Amino acid sequence: MSKRLANPTEDPLWLKLTLGIIAVGFIAIMLLLPLVLVFKEALASGVKTFFSAIVEPDTLAAVKLSLLAAAIAVPLNTVFGIAAAWSIAKFDFRGKTFLVTLIDLPFSVSPVVAGLVYVLVFGMQGWLGPTLAGYDIRILFSLPGIVLATIFVTFPFVARELIPLMVDQGRDEEEAAATLGASGFQTFLRVTLPNIKWGLLYGILLCNARALGEFGAVSVLSGHIRGQTNTMPLHVQLLYDNYDYAGAFAVAALLAMLALLTLALKSFLEWRYADELAASHRH
Amino acid sequence: MSAIGLKIPLPKSRHVLPGFGLSLGFTIFYLTSLVLIPLLALVLRPFELGLDGMWNAISTPRVMASLRLSFGMALAAAVIDSVFGFIIAWVLVRYRFPGKALLDAVIDLPFALPTAVAGIALSTLYAPTGWIGSILMEHGIKIAYTPWGVLVAMIFISLPFTVRTVQPVLSEIGRDMEEAAATLGATRLQSIGRVVLPMMLPAILTGAAMAFARAAGEYGSIIFIAGNIPAVSEIAPLLIVIKLEQYDYAGASAVGVVMLAASFIMLLALNGLQSWAAKRR
Repeated sequence: MSKRLANPTEDPLWLKLTLGIIAVGFIAIMLLLPLVLVFKEALASGVKTFFSAIVEPDTLAAVKLSLLAAAIAVPLNTVFGIAAAWSIAKFDFRGKTFLVTLIDLPFSVSPVVAGLVYVLVFGMQGWLGPTLAGYDIRILFSLPGIVLATIFVTFPFVARELIPLMVDQGRDEEEAAATLGASGFQTFLRVTLPNIKWGLLYGILLCNARALGEFGAVSVLSGHIRGQTNTMPLHVQLLYDNYDYAGAFAVAALLAMLALLTLALKSFLEWRYADELAASHRH
Repeated sequence: MSAIGLKIPLPKSRHVLPGFGLSLGFTIFYLTSLVLIPLLALVLRPFELGLDGMWNAISTPRVMASLRLSFGMALAAAVIDSVFGFIIAWVLVRYRFPGKALLDAVIDLPFALPTAVAGIALSTLYAPTGWIGSILMEHGIKIAYTPWGVLVAMIFISLPFTVRTVQPVLSEIGRDMEEAAATLGATRLQSIGRVVLPMMLPAILTGAAMAFARAAGEYGSIIFIAGNIPAVSEIAPLLIVIKLEQYDYAGASAVGVVMLAASFIMLLALNGLQSWAAKRR
């Protein structure tokens, strides 16, 4: 038996097994079991019940509202993310670090507080509420409120993906293009965009997932009107609170499938385009 | 510019690239109108009550109990997630095994899964009739509809923060220090405990702070499993919602300001941690 020298930074087998079992066990019980349960409960009363719960008119209205709110909020935050990253990565100015901190701020604010601040601005006891009511404009308990809540909670996603990526890439290529006579728009479209496209897609993917799944902030601002201002996550709550567990888990399963699709695309981007994502997402 | 003593005519703009004014202007406008002004509305609101009024709104037993529950359980969840997050990151970075990529992808599930879905799933799982709840019930342990339900939901939603802040740092640090420790006669556990862990401390603390901030503010996944018994298992964000439903804007704002102040402190702490980590490198 040849005695090979053990690698001094290699864990002994017993340690590997112990830590491996702890890690896999924790992930299986804490993360996978809830996911499995969602699909099991959704199909508990059969595939037919599952589909009839999905095509129920109030559920379809919730799906439509969620998609609409995301379709407004995500592009707006994408434009913001590009503008913020362009100004922060390509130029020097004072207070840059502070600006980056402020952009991250919505991530550390509770979703309920995010909803609350808009109630304080647009509510009847709020700053703008009485004025807007005079013009018959409704923000709270209707689509604009839901969109505002969605924008707030998904605010930093695209920006925080693009900023480190574009800072990494520097400004040489853009400056070369500008020196050769390209207009600002041409420079962005032909030089910057090809460099950041996968990072941009990554940010939009996460932004969209959160937009479709947001609960707390939207809950405060939506008014919970069944079939009208209920988004998919809110509809899950409504069905669950009404003891319609089959319906609640059917919609939940739909959202869970969306989450799995997001995770699959995210992992694919991390694996295939690792060099073109912000360094923190490379594995 | 004048270092070589030549007078170069400066272009009209200080920047070679266009769009500085436009992009920064839009960034500041969008940030101010959608985030900063609404937050200001919250910060200014309790002043209507005066300091005494605000203190009265917060110091009721029900509000105090909800704040204690939210922040106390968030701290516990952050500690538990930091321990398991480090072990998971260690296993993912250092070991090779089949299915590793899948395990890695699953870590982000709490980010991707809507909180309401997590909420009803955890609630069903830990209810006395649920898969886990029924087993625990045999030992007399109740999770769902007690404060422990709050903790379980917080552990679930905050786990990715701890894994994802430790993992990249762990894969970057070299193994030469561990090798040196081993050469000097340290056992494997000693090298991990005395060499790797101290090096990883800033990342571990950063992950813990992010996990804490997320857990303290969490709403969706908790309200289903907590049972929401006032002064027992009622979290602070839920109390804000309840006060809003009763049109008690001032009371809701008072609790909201406390939550917001905590967010600011965590943000400052995170910035401090980052510059500490940068200095240590």
